[in-house]
Amino acid sequence: MAKIIVDGQELDVPGEYTLLQACEAAGAQIPRFCYHERLSVAGNCRMCLVEVKGAPKEVASCSQAVKDQRPGPNGEPPEVFTNSPRVKKARQGVMEFLLINHPLDCPICDQGGECDLQDQAVVYGSAESRFCESKRAVEEKNMGPLIKTVMTRCIQCTRCVRFVTEVAGVPELGATGRGGDMEITTYLNKALSSELSGNVVDLCPVGALTSRPYAFNARPWELKKTESIDVMDALGSNIRIDTRGADVLRVEPRVNDDVNEEWLSDKGRHACDGLRRQRLDKPYARKEGKLVPVSWAEAIEIFAKQLSGKPEKVGFISGDLNEVEGLKASLDLAKSLGIKNLDCRQDGALLDDSAGRGGYLFNSTVNGIEEADVILIVGANPRYDAPVLNARIRKAYLAGKLQNIALIGEDFDLTYPHAHLGDDVKALEELAKGKGEFAKILSNAEKPMIIIGSSALTRADGDKVAKLAAEAGAKAKIVKDGWNGWNVLHTAASRVGAMDIGFLPKDGGLTTYQMLGSKLDTIVLLGADEVVVPEGTFVIYIGSHGDNGAHRADLVLPAPAYTEKNGTYVNLEGRVQLGRMAVAPKGDAKEEWAIMRAVSQVIGKPLPYDTLEELRAKLKSDVPALNVAEGEIAPAIDFDLRFVGNDGVADKYKFSNVIQDYFLTNPIARASQTLAKCSAERRGVGANKVAAE
Amino acid sequence: MVGILEDKDRIFLNLYGLQDWGLEGAMKRGAWNGTKDILSAGRDWIITEGKASGLRGRGGAGFPTALKWSFMPKEVKDRPHYLLINADESEPGTCKDREIMRHDPHLLIEGALVASFAMQAHTAYIYIRGEYVYEREILEAAIKQAYEAKLIGKNNIHGWDFDLFVSHGAGAYICGEETAQIESLEGKKGQPRLKPPFPANAGLYGCPTTVNNVESIAVMPTILRRGAAWFAGIGRPNNTGTKVFSISGHVNKPCNVEEAMSIPFKQLVEDHCGGIRGGWGNLKAVIPGGSSVRMITAEMAETVLMDFDSLSALKSGLGTAAVIVMDKSTDLVAAIARLSYFYKHESCGQCTPCREGTGWMWRVMERMARGEAEIREIDLLLEVSQQVEGKTICALGDAAAWPIQGLIMHFRHEIEDKINKYRASKGLIQGAKIAAE
Repeated sequence: MAKIIVDGQELDVPGEYTLLQACEAAGAQIPRFCYHERLSVAGNCRMCLVEVKGAPKEVASCSQAVKDQRPGPNGEPPEVFTNSPRVKKARQGVMEFLLINHPLDCPICDQGGECDLQDQAVVYGSAESRFCESKRAVEEKNMGPLIKTVMTRCIQCTRCVRFVTEVAGVPELGATGRGGDMEITTYLNKALSSELSGNVVDLCPVGALTSRPYAFNARPWELKKTESIDVMDALGSNIRIDTRGADVLRVEPRVNDDVNEEWLSDKGRHACDGLRRQRLDKPYARKEGKLVPVSWAEAIEIFAKQLSGKPEKVGFISGDLNEVEGLKASLDLAKSLGIKNLDCRQDGALLDDSAGRGGYLFNSTVNGIEEADVILIVGANPRYDAPVLNARIRKAYLAGKLQNIALIGEDFDLTYPHAHLGDDVKALEELAKGKGEFAKILSNAEKPMIIIGSSALTRADGDKVAKLAAEAGAKAKIVKDGWNGWNVLHTAASRVGAMDIGFLPKDGGLTTYQMLGSKLDTIVLLGADEVVVPEGTFVIYIGSHGDNGAHRADLVLPAPAYTEKNGTYVNLEGRVQLGRMAVAPKGDAKEEWAIMRAVSQVIGKPLPYDTLEELRAKLKSDVPALNVAEGEIAPAIDFDLRFVGNDGVADKYKFSNVIQDYFLTNPIARASQTLAKCSAERRGVGANKVAAE
Repeated sequence: MVGILEDKDRIFLNLYGLQDWGLEGAMKRGAWNGTKDILSAGRDWIITEGKASGLRGRGGAGFPTALKWSFMPKEVKDRPHYLLINADESEPGTCKDREIMRHDPHLLIEGALVASFAMQAHTAYIYIRGEYVYEREILEAAIKQAYEAKLIGKNNIHGWDFDLFVSHGAGAYICGEETAQIESLEGKKGQPRLKPPFPANAGLYGCPTTVNNVESIAVMPTILRRGAAWFAGIGRPNNTGTKVFSISGHVNKPCNVEEAMSIPFKQLVEDHCGGIRGGWGNLKAVIPGGSSVRMITAEMAETVLMDFDSLSALKSGLGTAAVIVMDKSTDLVAAIARLSYFYKHESCGQCTPCREGTGWMWRVMERMARGEAEIREIDLLLEVSQQVEGKTICALGDAAAWPIQGLIMHFRHEIEDKINKYRASKGLIQGAKIAAE
């Protein structure tokens, strides 16, 4: 700890603190543009100048540490002034310089109302300009379908450059030119090849980089802001849904240091225009080969009739975006009817809850990644499966402790260096036997992690691959006192919650593939759009979008999307988080649990809850793991790696990544025009068109 | 006698290239003489002697050279030490390092060895200005000679393994700033780093590094050979030794000359440059230390001594000792406008005040040079220059501000005259035309 006096107030702060942090600790506000807590220090905007007693020049407070300050002549602590006339004058000078070449665009600028430059100009700006030369103008840059550029507004703070270089790990932005001619550019005038590119829009303190899909849509003060949870991947990033009327206009990340810090994946951010398209707004039933609108009463009747057949000929398959409550109601209904064919793994993953909760969680937690020193990734592409989590791995790698990362599976540019041990199970078998160099590294590690992903688990022999990985983990003792290095990287937001409540084939029930292969009479698809149901089966689709499932369905029941309902989501760590309703459901859509409740009434075996609150109470009493406060993870219980997976010989064919097109993985994303453009851009289709636009 | 410095006290005996620059010639002139003895005296002796000589850095800032060396870590730990010799001589008016590298390169190479030894560096780099192609060729040839004679390199006769590399810049003034030079040498965009940490702590590739000017390094072996007392006996206290002055502009015989520090400006010009063009009375102003310092007037030049302290007392500076002499035919406003263009062109663009301020100042200066300005804009310009000065990451902001401040401080009336003359030539109500334009 070091002593420092800020504006006459003496305080103790860690010596590594920058002056800016020390001043903030003292309650002083320091204006800044280039400084950002999660990026390296650039010190180039010069807005954070403060006066240090004895220093001949004003000091950029973001760039000097408290411990580097000289004490006074008699050993007094260094003294900093944040609001002296000299400081004010210096900052006014910097502000004037920033504004001379900044266009007077505010009325037509999308950043208006949430612009750092605007806000700080109110304090430090001059009422009139003294600059009567020509202003600089800068050509726009093409940064793809997500980022709109007005580079004349750029103040060269380089936050975007530092973000893509450091956090996103794709050094595709940089500054060219010198002096007043310095420009931020992608060099090649093409979209960033990052799944986190949308974050540069948040980082940009001015209106140089704004969201292209959101361009000219709304002003921030018109928006209603609802705090919710992202469902585009299993990480459960915390989001804020900005709405106006019935429309979700944009999705922004919320700060949660345990989960997403303050980043959000491009899919989570830009799938929101998919909420306006392809929506199911009323019940449909197939009559004479055609889907025709029916009343809810009729639809519920048909649903009840279909469920009343032989229980072993009925199955439920859940999708990837469901909240826990709807699945719980479905599960309770199915159980009351004796239906055992239940599966929440529409991708066919063969990992169940036989090893307990620890067997399918990301046990090390996302924060734990920063403590790990060795990571083995098996059959996953974290960059696509959970881009924000991948950024956390990169962060840990850059911090220095985590230097050994290895991958078994289809190789990919993960944005950090990693050893590729092999693309089939052979490498894993060797590890399980403790053979090879990496086995040594893994067993010598203090906090090793194994991350197993869907590319391994969704194989036909996924359970055997899981077993091998668990054996390798057991050999290297990845589970020890105070550390659990067994991590499953799910891709579906609903998966962990569904497994927690036991939405799995038990007591002889059929798995997804078995259901699809065994000519059931009825299959209920709860937002499951990635499965192909064979002819002859009556399909009931409950979901929000007219995607694969609805096309195949014989009965379509509209349900709200994730922005339109209150729901509980459990992220891959087992963290219980609440999504909140931001807008009303579209048309006649009804929540899944309410549909199930209605059907149960018609069948005559009513479910024991009439409201969401009662359902949640039941949920918490039935499932202790979910009986925790919002944002918490239930304490870990004993977990044994030996019970993960099944014994057997795994096949030798190669792993291939499940997510081939990052942008189009679920019905909402597929309905989004923005993400379709991203996908085309990434595949190189239509790239010329964007350039010509 | 011409000047103050006697021939016997000169360090750069081949400054004019009249003799052989090669190893043989250099050795005849005393280079590489007793280098092994210097090294065997130990690094502490070298640094003590260097401090006693009072040598202040010749690159412009005038920081005591040996004191800078002493900031390097005492022990080499996990990171190697580096010496980086700044040969990116781009300051307008300055051309002293050029002559040293062309005509006396072995003094520099010997100095590099001595300095590296004193700082326990086994590797030194010379970062040479992009435009100095011929100088690089000479330097590389001289280094080759030194390697072949086993004066440097692995297992050389001096017993200190030492490698010297020449790195060619790409022609950016900012790469003369020490941390920008380090960035550039590392292969990055030449932009100054934030300090602290200083290079002695974390410099080239994050390792302890000292950056010295060519002249500072090249004079060191001779100082050590002849003794600190000899060097300290030349000039005034705190401004000791010999210095290569580059005198350009309106003198009869522009030249580079090695002279004693603290030589009166008048004597320097009269003795070596054949006086001011058109006589002493024709002198208007002098920029005494390369383009980055404030100018001084003819009256000041009458008595001023050419050294760090007396020039900074006049709010100017010795800088690189590049003396730019301007006689009464000079359009000072246009001259400073040209310098402003230089700084605007060479600003790296990293930090706000310099990036925006240099462009603004240049544009106003250009208008003032034509007279298309208003009187009140002189104060505006002064204020803008003060908003740049001291607010930037490196000293380029200061360097851009000071010439303008010097102009306004001493020759405000010239700007006013220009503006008034322009106004008068328009023959309109004051300001009406301009406002309408």
